[in-house]
Amino acid sequence: MGCFQFGGFDEMSESAERSLQGRLLHRLGYLLQRNWRSLVLFIPFFWLLLFFLAPFFIVLKISLAEAVIASPPFTPMIDWVDEGIMHIRVVIDNYAYLWEDDLYAKTYLNSLKIASISTILCLLVGYPMAYAIVRAKHTTKHVLLMLVILPFWTSFLLRVYAWMGLLADQGTINNLLIAIGVIDEPLRMLYTPFAVYVGIVYTYVPFMILPLYANMEKLDWTLLEAAADLGAKPMTTFFTVTLPMTFPGIIAGSLLVFIPATGEYVIPDLLGGGNVLMIGRILYNEFNANIDWPVASAVAIALLLLLVLPMMLYQHIQMKQNEAE
Amino acid sequence: MSPAADYDDRPWLDPDAEPFIKVQSVSKHFGDFTAVDSVDLDIYKGELFCLLGGSGCGKTTLLRMLAGFETPSSGSIIIDGVNMNDVPPYERPVNMMFQSYALFPHMNVESNVGYGLRRDGIAKAEIEQRVEEMLAMVELSQFRKRKPHQLSGGQKQRVALARALIKQPKMLLLDEPLAALDKRLRVQTQYELMNIQDRLGVTFVVVTHDQEEAMTLSTRIAVMDVGRLQQIGTPTEIYEFPGSRLVANFIGNANMFEGRVIENGTDHVIVECKDPTCNFYIDHGLSIPEGSKVWVSLRPEKIRISKQAAAESGTNCIKGMVNDIGYLGGTSTYRVLVGDKHIVEVTSPNLNRPKDGNPPIDWDEEVCLGWDASSSVVLTK
Amino acid sequence: MNNGKRSYFLITTTCFGIAFLYIPMILLVFYSFNKSRIVPVWGGFSTRWYGVLFESEEVWEAVGLSLKVATVNATFAMLLGTLAGLALVRFGRFRGRTLFSGMISAPLVMPEVITGLSLLLLFITLKEFIGWPDQRGFTTITIAHITFSMAYVAVIIQSRLTGMAQDLEEAAQDLGAKPFRVLTDITLPLLAPGMLAGWLLAFTLSLDDLIIASFVTGPGAVTLPILIYSRIRLGLRPDINALATIIILAVAIGVLLAAWIMFRQQKQRELELKMSEEV
Repeated sequence: MGCFQFGGFDEMSESAERSLQGRLLHRLGYLLQRNWRSLVLFIPFFWLLLFFLAPFFIVLKISLAEAVIASPPFTPMIDWVDEGIMHIRVVIDNYAYLWEDDLYAKTYLNSLKIASISTILCLLVGYPMAYAIVRAKHTTKHVLLMLVILPFWTSFLLRVYAWMGLLADQGTINNLLIAIGVIDEPLRMLYTPFAVYVGIVYTYVPFMILPLYANMEKLDWTLLEAAADLGAKPMTTFFTVTLPMTFPGIIAGSLLVFIPATGEYVIPDLLGGGNVLMIGRILYNEFNANIDWPVASAVAIALLLLLVLPMMLYQHIQMKQNEAE
Repeated sequence: MSPAADYDDRPWLDPDAEPFIKVQSVSKHFGDFTAVDSVDLDIYKGELFCLLGGSGCGKTTLLRMLAGFETPSSGSIIIDGVNMNDVPPYERPVNMMFQSYALFPHMNVESNVGYGLRRDGIAKAEIEQRVEEMLAMVELSQFRKRKPHQLSGGQKQRVALARALIKQPKMLLLDEPLAALDKRLRVQTQYELMNIQDRLGVTFVVVTHDQEEAMTLSTRIAVMDVGRLQQIGTPTEIYEFPGSRLVANFIGNANMFEGRVIENGTDHVIVECKDPTCNFYIDHGLSIPEGSKVWVSLRPEKIRISKQAAAESGTNCIKGMVNDIGYLGGTSTYRVLVGDKHIVEVTSPNLNRPKDGNPPIDWDEEVCLGWDASSSVVLTK
Repeated sequence: MNNGKRSYFLITTTCFGIAFLYIPMILLVFYSFNKSRIVPVWGGFSTRWYGVLFESEEVWEAVGLSLKVATVNATFAMLLGTLAGLALVRFGRFRGRTLFSGMISAPLVMPEVITGLSLLLLFITLKEFIGWPDQRGFTTITIAHITFSMAYVAVIIQSRLTGMAQDLEEAAQDLGAKPFRVLTDITLPLLAPGMLAGWLLAFTLSLDDLIIASFVTGPGAVTLPILIYSRIRLGLRPDINALATIIILAVAIGVLLAAWIMFRQQKQRELELKMSEEV
């Protein structure tokens, strides 16, 4: 006895009786000890409800309002028309507008196209790299892995900026090509879809490599030897054994590239110029330049609907992986 | 020796002895899966009790219920007269030694061993003294400042043991205590465990899948399979008088013959076996009618193998041909074909060095197998 | 890599891949020492752009705000993320678990434009009803950052906890520690490295974020990415190259230092392990 420890609240009862303050402290400690589980759960739960879930309902609500020149620039959903008669005003005009103006449809399709092609490109670049890293010797493996992770920690914005310098009309690539005499006039690369693809692949390829690496790291490589032993040529082994085994990694990596690429704003804005329409950009412009919040909200909801399926798929995969572990 | 002294050693024989731990029709379900199926078990004070079975037989679940990490779906566990069903693990008078040892990696040996005492709010000086005693007992005094990752496997095992014993629990639960050690260390540690148990008089409940370990360590063994108790008994009882074919096959090897009781006397039975043709004269009585279908279990080391050609197969004697020989140094195992397809395994000590390198009995040789009336056992299930 | 033919292919692609990742950054650093105002045209060695950068009060203010946001964000995200991870892995089933785990992992894949827009609309609505936050800036950016970075921390903590054998916590209970005591004695000390990793990740995520910050910021609150973005939208600027060089250098030093410390610890462990075997 006599040695007071944090959490051993029953031991302090004697001293606690002396003062009100002590009693309160004792009470608080007791409550904390009894209910700490609820507390642990409640704090992050409440935070997410308030700052993650609630905002979506607000977006949904505003997407169903009309734009007015006021502050805030939209009509309220619920009006109190004399003596408490509630009047609910729901306007689906914003969604109708998205549907009618084919700019939006085109932009949606274009976003999907760019995201899909970028995903495939990332896979083509990332798969052999992940494979090589897994198969490398101990030290090399760690160095390579670090080299892939390192860009994560540097500024995304500056990495995109670096490509502006490379792809500009008077940029490094054009200067080099002209200097060695391959071309006479600068190639137009910046502010084209090509630049957007390069930018997305460049910034998102680590997101492809890491899940693939994590997946391949756990594989039983003797299966490849078994396949070879049973007479499969390297190509056959790859298509019949390696590829199916790494499929979960491919899906996880592809979703990690595809989902954010669809809603990408910075890359099309900096590298694509006015020529590349993507949904994230439309949303940003609708909101900041046109100040049409209801339409911006409707665009956001529509984007969310577009991505809800791949997002759920990703969650499902993660959950299955967690359970397996 | 008086009968009372006899009971002291074997309290389960004393009808008046009160069991220290009572497991009363305990079941545990995980969803649709039944891990433990209405188990009844009495364990007495000072016993070294083994729960033996293959993986998934429910032995670990039962142990975890004793420790309090799982609550029984039905039934109750009573330790020293107190029902433990609603007592959380941190208030139970039992401690556990984990299979992984579960040493806290961020504490040194001393802190690990003293952890339980600190939780009980015992004075510092006393903790220090008791930790000191404990470490001396497991011969780790000079390692007290080391972290677990700086210890060898055997040292970790002893720290785990010291940590679990320091609170002087009424019962110590050991989950596969020797599984993580290499073979040579395992044998040595077995005897150390027995010595410590003897000295402290604490009741040990050991979970193991290793039958040799169970036989060496325990006062009594409970054999479990698919969540059910198959048999409880001393190692000798379990080995010599298995209750079922399952137990007979699980503990050691057994040759199994199917037959019918043709004569049931007060002090003997005769079982007639059709394939291979052979009669068993067995020197214990049975309480089943003549003509019942039974099995006879015969251990490989209880069979004599000889080259003298016996006239014919008969009672406690059978003819066969050597199919395979496994030379193990001290003993040899012969797989003998009797009848058309029946293989009988025989283990025989190699008493003499083979002359000119020729084994005393060779492949494809005709042999005669014989055994005593007290060698075989009749099983009814 | 034992198969000669395959390994050539792999080595080549890996080298190209690494070059692809690093050449743009190396060029960024290279041109920061360019005397010429036109970034990709070499006009001789100079450090004048660093001078320009350091003289700019705007830059210093942005750096200050970003670091302040990142530090506060990382600390709160670490705490909230750890609580969330604990609840998800160790509390078994509870009511609302599916909703909770959904809300924890959704920010990881949510497009930033949506998160940014929805949080801004929340802040505006809140102001309308309860008068808070009356001005957007440091507080709103930090709240927004905590919301998405706590998800990353929770993921790290979750994987740490699942990897951490439950044996240790059970052993502590078995020795008489009540659940809260188990948390403070065993779980949290063992989670500390994960929490540190989470803190660092949350810190970098916050420093890196442009879109969410530009949605929820208010007048006068300019974070570093917002500043950089407003400058590079109009084209290449050598002072941004200088800024990029400093950032890359800081990150590289940080990562190498961390790698070195980890390497040292590993060596130490191996040494101790050897020692224990010899005894």
